[in-house]
Amino acid sequence: MSAVLNVYEPHGVGRVLETIGAWVLGILWVLPLLYAFWTAFHSAEFSTRLSLTAPLTLANFITAWHAAPFARYFLNTLMMVSMVLAAQLVLTTLAAYAFARFEFPGRNILFALVLVQLMIMPDVLIVENYRTMTALGLKDTITGIGLPYMASAFGIFLLRQTFKSVPRELDEAARVEGCTPLQVLWKVYVPLARPTYIAYALVSVSYHWNNFLWPLIITNSVEARPVTVGLQVFSSSDQGIDWSIITAATLLTTAPLLLAFLLFQRQFVQSFMRAGIR
Amino acid sequence: MQWVYGWMLLLPAMALLALFTHYPAVANLWHSFRSTPKGDLPTKFVGLDNYQQLVEDPIFWQALSNNLWYALGTIPASIALALVMAVWVNDRIPGRGILRLAFFTPTVLPMIAVANIWVFFYTPQYGLLEQLTGALGMPSHNWLGSQSTALAALMVVTIWKEAGFFMIFYLAALQSMSPHLAEAAAIEGASRWYFFRRVTWPLLMPTTLFVLVNAVINAFRLVDHVVVMTRGGPDNATELLLFYIYEIGFRFWDSAYAAALTMVLLVILGLVALAQFYFLERKVHYQ
Repeated sequence: MSAVLNVYEPHGVGRVLETIGAWVLGILWVLPLLYAFWTAFHSAEFSTRLSLTAPLTLANFITAWHAAPFARYFLNTLMMVSMVLAAQLVLTTLAAYAFARFEFPGRNILFALVLVQLMIMPDVLIVENYRTMTALGLKDTITGIGLPYMASAFGIFLLRQTFKSVPRELDEAARVEGCTPLQVLWKVYVPLARPTYIAYALVSVSYHWNNFLWPLIITNSVEARPVTVGLQVFSSSDQGIDWSIITAATLLTTAPLLLAFLLFQRQFVQSFMRAGIR
Repeated sequence: MQWVYGWMLLLPAMALLALFTHYPAVANLWHSFRSTPKGDLPTKFVGLDNYQQLVEDPIFWQALSNNLWYALGTIPASIALALVMAVWVNDRIPGRGILRLAFFTPTVLPMIAVANIWVFFYTPQYGLLEQLTGALGMPSHNWLGSQSTALAALMVVTIWKEAGFFMIFYLAALQSMSPHLAEAAAIEGASRWYFFRRVTWPLLMPTTLFVLVNAVINAFRLVDHVVVMTRGGPDNATELLLFYIYEIGFRFWDSAYAAALTMVLLVILGLVALAQFYFLERKVHYQ
């Protein structure tokens, strides 16, 4: 940021008004979250009665943790997210390298075919993909959740842009040294694209951690369900579970992502920015 | 040699894309002309029957119109809010770091968790909203349970979740703008509003287009909150297109009719793509 103050930044009354406006909106924005925290950390009788003297408790979290196999759900999500990310990194790197640095017939048509996925995401092709997964015998498996997302048009697009900005001279120098194209990719392109990889990884992990509809459709057992579907199964059961416990479970399932976000917020925000500016 | 190498590198990604994007899009068209197999009745070609059913299905029309209202209600509002947020937290106001965090946090949470939190927020009698309106002496209202407010209640959740996401892109664009522009304009005596309208806003056009396309896609792609909060009710008031596809396809198991419904969604997304290319052609970019 430049040291020069933006000449159009308001001063005096304007600045006060802007600050008040921003803070009112900010408070409105965190209110639902604060309310969720309040409910989760207090016993049920206080979930509707805001009193400063209400005692804090972790009981809701303990009850929620034991009421459903959340440990297993977490494990499933973790396996699914890492499997998808690993496959995405390999597949998108290879494809992006081909599009950025190789001449071959049909390149533009193939690239256009890749871009189709930016509009028509697997999220909307649920009926046909369910049919395919049934045919492949992958229904109710973690692979079945992740497979449609592994070739990611977004990742190919993002990495292709990055690879194109790598100076040709570096590429040629490595080839003169006797590197094969794959070695050039590994030694020149991949290290230089590190920030893009980090950005893409964060976006991908949060997308798949949060994904819901497709996992809901394709899974129906504890062994395959990710944590989002597990939460829905838990909170929609008719056992008359009270709100404090549902809210505790909700916070529990989002805690890892929320914690990671709070710890690395700068990287998160910059990654989302980087991923958006094409 | 180059050719073969290029193709080999592409092969794994293209194979998966073909299997889970291109093939299903085409197969979906094919299945929309066939009947759903029932018991020992195998699937057969039925021509336009599924589309006939679609045209005569009032719930489909309601889902479509709900979805359009939902898009109209959420997109301009979240973009406008995102812009205001970005301009505010770009200025050096006290606590802007915390404010950025406050605006962005809903973005990282899963929609399903967000929906759970908001259901409770909206709960009649007990929810925080009821307590606030009650304190102001307003009558009790079932926000998610009444036909007139349920869709609007969902829109609020979407706006809450998306505005901070779009803010990030505006913030990035604002920060990459040269301070010399503002200095030059100030020397010419332009007011802040004039500067925003004639310089900042046009320069933000590529960002706005990007955000707009994302917002439109999300309006048709994301129905997690419908599953949690209303299940399309009351009386189909919050039925959105993709949720209806889900219901037809996976609760009534009518895959043929679901395929016809999916075609409508694909056509809408295709139109968005065409519009995007058209605007890109018209050079929204100033670079």
